Amino acid sequence: MSSGVGVDARLRGFRQVQALAYECAEAVAAQLTPGVTEREAARMQRVWLRERGVRDWFHLPFAWFGDRTAFVGFKVPLQFFPTNRVLEEGMPYILDMAPVFNGHTADIGYSGCLGPNPLHDKLLDDLEAHRELILAEVRERRPLREIYEDVERLMQRQGYANRHRAYPFGVIAHKVDRVKERRFNPTVFGFGTQSLKGLASDALHGHRDGWSPLWSPYRFSDHPPQPGLWAVEPHLGFRGRARSSRSCWW
Amino acid sequence: MGSGQVNGARERFVRTGGVELCVAELGDAGRPTVLLVHGYPDSKEVWSEVAARLAEHFHVVLYDVRGHGRSTAPAPLRGGFTLEKLTDDFLAVADAVSPDAPVHLVGHDWGSVQAWEFTTVERTRGRIASFTSISGPSLDHFGHWIKKRMTRPTPRKVGQLLGQGAKSWYVYMLHTPVLPELAWRGPLGKQWPRLLRRVEKVPGDGYPTSSLPSDAAHGAWLYRDNVRARLRRPRPDARAHAPVQLITPTGDIFLSPQLYDELERWVPRLTRRTVAAKHWVPRTRPDQLASWIREFVISAEAPGSVPATARTEPVRKGRRADAYAQRFGGQLVLVTGAASGIGRATAFAFAEAGARVVAVDRDGEGAARTAELAGLIGAAEAWGEQTDVSDEAAMEKLAAKVAAEYGIVDVLVNNAGIGLSGSFFATTPEDWKKVLDVNLWGVIHGCRLFGAQMAGRGQGGHIVNTASAAAYQPSKALPAYATSKAAVLMLSECLRAELAGQGIGVTAVCPGFVNTDITATARFAGVDAAEEKRRQKRASRLYGLRNYPPEKVADAILHAVLTDRAVVPVTPEARGAHLMSRFTPKALRAIARVEPPL
Repeated sequence: MSSGVGVDARLRGFRQVQALAYECAEAVAAQLTPGVTEREAARMQRVWLRERGVRDWFHLPFAWFGDRTAFVGFKVPLQFFPTNRVLEEGMPYILDMAPVFNGHTADIGYSGCLGPNPLHDKLLDDLEAHRELILAEVRERRPLREIYEDVERLMQRQGYANRHRAYPFGVIAHKVDRVKERRFNPTVFGFGTQSLKGLASDALHGHRDGWSPLWSPYRFSDHPPQPGLWAVEPHLGFRGRARSSRSCWW
Repeated sequence: MGSGQVNGARERFVRTGGVELCVAELGDAGRPTVLLVHGYPDSKEVWSEVAARLAEHFHVVLYDVRGHGRSTAPAPLRGGFTLEKLTDDFLAVADAVSPDAPVHLVGHDWGSVQAWEFTTVERTRGRIASFTSISGPSLDHFGHWIKKRMTRPTPRKVGQLLGQGAKSWYVYMLHTPVLPELAWRGPLGKQWPRLLRRVEKVPGDGYPTSSLPSDAAHGAWLYRDNVRARLRRPRPDARAHAPVQLITPTGDIFLSPQLYDELERWVPRLTRRTVAAKHWVPRTRPDQLASWIREFVISAEAPGSVPATARTEPVRKGRRADAYAQRFGGQLVLVTGAASGIGRATAFAFAEAGARVVAVDRDGEGAARTAELAGLIGAAEAWGEQTDVSDEAAMEKLAAKVAAEYGIVDVLVNNAGIGLSGSFFATTPEDWKKVLDVNLWGVIHGCRLFGAQMAGRGQGGHIVNTASAAAYQPSKALPAYATSKAAVLMLSECLRAELAGQGIGVTAVCPGFVNTDITATARFAGVDAAEEKRRQKRASRLYGLRNYPPEKVADAILHAVLTDRAVVPVTPEARGAHLMSRFTPKALRAIARVEPPL
């Protein structure tokens, strides 16, 4: 959508970090056994990525097990942080991480289930429809708020609940961008300050130009898609179980 | 022969310990053996209905306990009915009918009390594959239950003791000498069949048999020989060595459900079931018993498996979920309007409890989708059916199809409904017709067709009609909708009165403002299409802000069926309005004049 010098190189950078994140998710998922806690799973992701050169985060890795994948009873954002919930046989889980690597950000959610679970497969299949719907409607340059509503309607028709509404501002997606590499990268409430700074500057520019880096059901998202890289995560919830996926595009 | 007799049975006599036991067999002797033991005052004929249903799948064996039916009585009677001797009888019968394979025991009342002894003594180990207990606790467990409550008498425990103590009045009576025998051989024996029909709602179809007076007179020794001895000195090692399925009738006037509170201590592999019925379930609920026994026997034959409808999910545990699974596992539930909103959530809730679900909607695709997901979250079976509830012919066709292919519906949820808003004068006759057709006639057709099948079967059931808080909260914006829902409420109340005698409960659920797509599809009378669209959107937004989830309504529906409630307002505002409609109707009338913010 956007043109310019070095687009290919930047895209390659984003692809690289995204691939790294998925590799991490698969590596950590392979180590999950009954008895592992959310905190341990989050730490495993953090350690794995640090070992491979990740120094900054859009947000620190999260892990949710069981009905926490569907954000059951989440009232305040602090409840998103990993707890001592123990993984059991047959339980669904989500690993959610957003590492910054060589100045490029990825934000992915990886859901799985300990042991075979036909319902999990069904949810993943149905997620595919959302991916197609979102891509098609973005290409038509429909306002983001309308796309959000269409996604919600599709979820309802499928019999699921919209669980990304539980995220801050109810966002289904947010813009990601290049981040400056610094030696010291502090986090605030789990979010990297460099990335927050980028998001804030986008929000400021967007506010002047009539768009927002947060894709929400509210009026500030009532605008056509803004060129750039977006991390999109529709989050399906179904009676205490949930699946999410992230995809990015230029 | 009436159905009180065991039709087509092969009879023989087994001689053991000085008595001759009359043993009846049905079904293919090569199949797993299910042994049915009757209670007091009964003979093996109490099982006739259940046995006939089980005989299609199993080798079914029934016998008259010593001193009952056509079995001879020990002499002397005193000391001839101890649990040890009854265990000898059981082993003799089991060896005669199934010498090589262990048997699946089913006991009702005293038959269950005996069978607990069989299942917990060492010498029967390896002879019992499974045990289904109905309305009869182990005397040893009962003894420990009493002791525990006597030694640490908290108010609750004292209450439980007094409650069961009052329910056991007949046990004290039977310990008086001679008088019980005189009563049974005299007036009580004559009146008993009528009493059973009146109090226990047992259908009068040739049961009880003519041997009742002597059965009852001999059987008094069951109590005299065992109760005092066992309750005073219960065995400390009464642990079951076979998987046990406990079926508890919730309306039993002789046994309180709390008796089984600590059963897991004695039974490592326990499956619990509850059934809304009185004590004589083998007569009043043969279909339900036969289906649970069949499922349990099949699961016990395949070691390591659990009954399909008693599976527990790794997520969402809790006492309520357990209670639903115990009650609704394997039951047939039909929900209309099941493609979205409350209907869909209700279908899912029943599915999680292990029920068999029929999802009906005019949107066939949505109904199929509900059925598909229901199957994935625990429904024993699930089907989607495309039917418009307002179409009489289509509903008749559906009722015939469901009865023929899936069976008689145990729980019917008439939920399909549409919204209509607008002033009375803006509402056209077509609008009226449409809303009444779906909201009222849909319910009428459902109750008429499926309710008739339920009543015809005569084994109880439950009907839930989705009314609305608008049924008692008037509003100038909802004349037609509120009228249709008020009619549903009153229909439910009348039907409840009519069906009470047949063990069928009727519930009217009044949800209130619930976040479903009824607002997005509602008709707004007297405005153009664009304005209607705007109001639909605005109403959806307001309901979305209220954000009361349909899942909570579904939970209220399951709970209402479990506890047989008449009218169930769900959301706080619906409860408040319900209260106000009784105590301050004037305030409600004032609210009715307010223009809704659309």
